[in-house]
Amino acid sequence: MKNPLLRGKLPWVIAALIVLFLLPVFLDRFYVYLAAIILLTGLSATSLNFVLGYGGVFQFHHAVFYGIGAYGTALMIIKSNLSPWLGFIVGPVVAGILGFVIGVICIRLSKLYFGMLQISLGSLVWAIVYRWYSFTGGDDGIHGVPLPDIISSPNGAYYFTLIVTAVSMFILYRMIRSPFGSALQGIRDNPVRSEMIGVNVKLQQLLALTIAGFFGGVAGSLFVVVDNTVFPDMMFWTLSLELIIMCLLGGWFSFLGPMVGAGIIVLLRTYVSGLTVYWALILGIIMMLVIFFLPNGVLGYLDRFVKKKARS
Amino acid sequence: MESVLGFISPKILSQILVGLSRTVILFIVSSGLSLILGVLRIPNVAHGSLYMIGAFMAYTVSHLFGGGNMGFWMALVLAPLGVAVVSFAAERSLFQFLYEREHLMLLLLTFAMSLVFGDLVKMVWGGEYRSVPVPSIFQGYINLFGGLPFPIYSFFLLVVGPVIAILLWLLTNKTKIGKISRAAAVDREMVGAVGINVSWVFATVFIIGCLLAGLGGVLVAPTVSVTLGMDHTLIMEAFLIVIMGGLGNVWGALLGSLIFGLTQSLGILVWPQFGIVFPYLAVVVVLLFRPTGLLRSTW
Repeated sequence: MKNPLLRGKLPWVIAALIVLFLLPVFLDRFYVYLAAIILLTGLSATSLNFVLGYGGVFQFHHAVFYGIGAYGTALMIIKSNLSPWLGFIVGPVVAGILGFVIGVICIRLSKLYFGMLQISLGSLVWAIVYRWYSFTGGDDGIHGVPLPDIISSPNGAYYFTLIVTAVSMFILYRMIRSPFGSALQGIRDNPVRSEMIGVNVKLQQLLALTIAGFFGGVAGSLFVVVDNTVFPDMMFWTLSLELIIMCLLGGWFSFLGPMVGAGIIVLLRTYVSGLTVYWALILGIIMMLVIFFLPNGVLGYLDRFVKKKARS
Repeated sequence: MESVLGFISPKILSQILVGLSRTVILFIVSSGLSLILGVLRIPNVAHGSLYMIGAFMAYTVSHLFGGGNMGFWMALVLAPLGVAVVSFAAERSLFQFLYEREHLMLLLLTFAMSLVFGDLVKMVWGGEYRSVPVPSIFQGYINLFGGLPFPIYSFFLLVVGPVIAILLWLLTNKTKIGKISRAAAVDREMVGAVGINVSWVFATVFIIGCLLAGLGGVLVAPTVSVTLGMDHTLIMEAFLIVIMGGLGNVWGALLGSLIFGLTQSLGILVWPQFGIVFPYLAVVVVLLFRPTGLLRSTW
């Protein structure tokens, strides 16, 4: 294999992409919608894991970037006369800038304090969006965002989501495997030592926070494509903790873990809330079980299981 | 000048009183949270659920006793006790196994518990809005500051707040359990080494903290509509207050509640539409200048 990055994995990646590309041929409209939601939620969780799992930064309120990406895109499409495609650039860029700004403010603090200040800044953003009726639509949000024709059909939206997610995931994967990614993981494992050998700890973390904000924003703007709506609950802090749970459920230390976690949570939510109104109860119990019994997530467990089999 | 002051101050003064009565609720809940954070080191997201359960229990108890004065006083006594029983069960069955875990895991675990508690409340009380009547002796308004009416119930809250603060001070400084728990906050191994059953000390502190959450819920019940989701907004505010005041410091919680309550009520005067933004802004400003909170943290 020419590219050492994907050694041995390329056939699997191609197979997975082919299956995902053919999904709309076999599946109903609803399932295609669901697949798109899983993909973009997974992207959001993966971008969170980029700073949380690989960077060791307590980004507690990641949903804010997801929400701002969505609002940026929707407002750009509705309020300006420019090409709607521009919205898909503006949304993520605004989210990235917000990630940088919040990062600059929080970065001096450690662990739990970082997380709490981040939550308070995120809640500030949420409160503004929630109240600014004339601009953001307040607690009603914005419905029926007009989209370019190609991506306005369910299948169009799905393919757009798939392509953007795949490209974003690839970029994130490249970055984790790059020297920058190694530096980030070094900082996570031993910040003092990294500082001593000449890594600019704060700068690297800040860069990671900006990137995570940007890709969180990408996921948000994809939500606009798939669902045509934005609403302030997208950036309520409970959703951020759900994103963390997705990372945990799939596995922090595997790249695809958050995507798997997102898939499990979204599918469960869809099917369980069809059966009972007590979806939150089920989610809470699942979360507790995962924390107690699967501390490395589903993929971490499978990984260990496979290795144990291989050894014996 | 005279006329400007005369025009503005009654409005501002009455908003300050509104803010202070909000402060009392915030203080009672966040002091409990701070107590648990300081001694047990648990960032307990489920604290907000106990506040909500307190409010719902107040509804049930006050209806059992006919909803009048009697109902309110019984709710004030029985509902926090009910919350204490719930928290005792939760502590012995779950929390006592968590004390050594990492903070992020604890945050997620207690969030999971808050989801479970939220749905249990939905099962028991249903999803409708509930209201607890203001007891008849506290009904009505007093006219102050040039005719602006101010609810008597809020004055009651203004009395309760300092009483709770004094009781908490007595508890932490003058009683044995308070002294042991302060020692355990600093060095729990040492407290265990001198022959004190740390597990039960922790259980007691946890229950007292939750009792405060329940009390906050009962006191707030007559002023708001009791509903699902009231836990999620309040717990965020309580966390920010505790962080702003200094983790584990009960007086920090008082100071934080004052700042939060007053910026909220005065912010509405300054800019009605974005009134809710000001407290968050205050937290950000405080943490920018004092990253570990205003008062000394016990961590």
